[in-house]
Amino acid sequence: MASQHGAPPVFNNKVIAWIDYRLPIFSYIEKEYHHFPTPRNFNYFWNFGAIATVMLVLMIVTGIVLAMNYQPNSELAFDSVERIMRDVPSGWMMRYMHMTGASFFFVAVYIHIFRGLYYGSYKAPRELLWILGVVILLLMMATAFLGYVLPWGQMSFWGATVITNLFSAIPLVGESVVTWLWGGFAVDNPTLNRFFALHYLLPFIIVAVVALHVVALHVHGSNNPLGIDPKGPQDTVPFHPYYTMKDGFGLTIFMIIYAGFVFFAPNLLGEPVNYVPANPLVTPNEIVPEWYLLPFYAILRAIPDKLGGVIAMFGSIAVLFVLPWLDTSRVRSCTFRPIYKWFVFVLVIDALVLGYCGAHSPDAVLDLGLIKVPLLAVARVGTLYYFFHFLVLLPVLGKIERPLPMPPSIADAVLKKKAV
Amino acid sequence: MASSSIPADAHGDPTRRDFLMVATGALAAVGGIATAWPFIDNLNPAADTLALSSVEVDVKAIAVGQAITVKWRGKPVFIRHRTPEEIKEADAVKLVDLPDPQTDNSRVTDTAKKVRPEWLILIGKQGDPRGEYGGWYCPCHGSQYDTSGRIRKGPAPKNLEVPDYLFSSDTLVKIG
Repeated sequence: MASQHGAPPVFNNKVIAWIDYRLPIFSYIEKEYHHFPTPRNFNYFWNFGAIATVMLVLMIVTGIVLAMNYQPNSELAFDSVERIMRDVPSGWMMRYMHMTGASFFFVAVYIHIFRGLYYGSYKAPRELLWILGVVILLLMMATAFLGYVLPWGQMSFWGATVITNLFSAIPLVGESVVTWLWGGFAVDNPTLNRFFALHYLLPFIIVAVVALHVVALHVHGSNNPLGIDPKGPQDTVPFHPYYTMKDGFGLTIFMIIYAGFVFFAPNLLGEPVNYVPANPLVTPNEIVPEWYLLPFYAILRAIPDKLGGVIAMFGSIAVLFVLPWLDTSRVRSCTFRPIYKWFVFVLVIDALVLGYCGAHSPDAVLDLGLIKVPLLAVARVGTLYYFFHFLVLLPVLGKIERPLPMPPSIADAVLKKKAV
Repeated sequence: MASSSIPADAHGDPTRRDFLMVATGALAAVGGIATAWPFIDNLNPAADTLALSSVEVDVKAIAVGQAITVKWRGKPVFIRHRTPEEIKEADAVKLVDLPDPQTDNSRVTDTAKKVRPEWLILIGKQGDPRGEYGGWYCPCHGSQYDTSGRIRKGPAPKNLEVPDYLFSSDTLVKIG
């Protein structure tokens, strides 16, 4: 534990010592990933940052090899993806890993975000850490959307058409902006070209923002399930081997589930109509995004005004940027917030309901046996509740809720729990 | 030091150095914008894309009540030979009932100002030939359009767009 408190590490290997004297990367790794004092009370929700990082690397690696066989040309794109699936050695596996990987990257990140919401990880002094995370989420959404266009199937084409057309809602310059985005008068070859270029670029920008996210994390260290700061060595353990092991275990479980999807149900989360080549003259019966964008799509369609819908959709993410200041409670963890705790789960249910609405036609009707509910109404209530949660509930609840008594320290809470 | 060419002005007035700083900064900003523009403009439609921007269609074979779809600028264009009932229906709608008020006549006029109510030509962004107003239905957001392609119900703020077109004879139309 002594080296936790600042003694610089001594390297016995001469080469490592020589390098480290000039570029202290080994000292850095030693300090930030070995001795780094980490709260001793993490639960498995704290695995998902590491899991998301691994998914990001996996997406980049599979993406690079896919790009070596992919043709970003509207005449060739669809067939080049089919060639990857049929003729390129292990091509099917690379593509299924990449396709399913996108979904599982979002699974990991959404759980990671839920963790942050429930345990108040966005509160002082971690506001910038949280904001960088929201930036990563936005970049991921953009990257996922751009990537979905590349196979040039029906849903690729029509998804791209719907999303780019959103910008036509901008007053005065909307149409020019859309033409500029397309590089033509419709989603076409120039659009596919630039989407490919950007889809290749953005992941590396994500890597850069993740690096900032991690640097910001290591300034004040991780939050923990109790939401109270470590007060000394008795509250922490070194990151390695304790959390390298715990992360490794969680990662293995996650990877088993992921592999299950890659090998046994790679198309379960996708839209079958994307295996039909893009046709600008035939609109699919329903245009839906991938599952991880459905709640936002539902918010977009819930507003009976195009510009309003676009603003609400972007607003649903934008509200996350100011979350640290909307939450007026001084208690971080929901463990000690007897009322708010339940509303976090209501928000999760709301997001799931919105996702369900996003997946179905706006004039669909939900048949509950006794009553029939139009889905549009459900989506509207869901949208209203989403913003109510952040803009009304959070600021007000922080003022009126009486938090439960908090333990004096992490060690105290952990050891008492053991004794019981 | 009284003869220094850069005097520290006791009254806080701008000095020659201040002027040079501002002028340099302003020039750099203009230069930056001038450099950024080609990169932004680079994403606009290229000359070959612009060259393919009109299409000629022979509408002789389209029977009354029938509609065809042609591809123009990468988008579907609907050419509908409307029945007298459909024209009457579109004409009878009161403008106050429309979210985007336009008379039916104004939507069936070519660029030579000739009105041909039997021919309705529209850019079908995401259209489907069904819907409760006899026109089109957009599956993405659930918008309903009438027999003049006007928005009647749903989130779309605008009617289906009418492209510029010109009938060079009774059966030949140039779109774009």
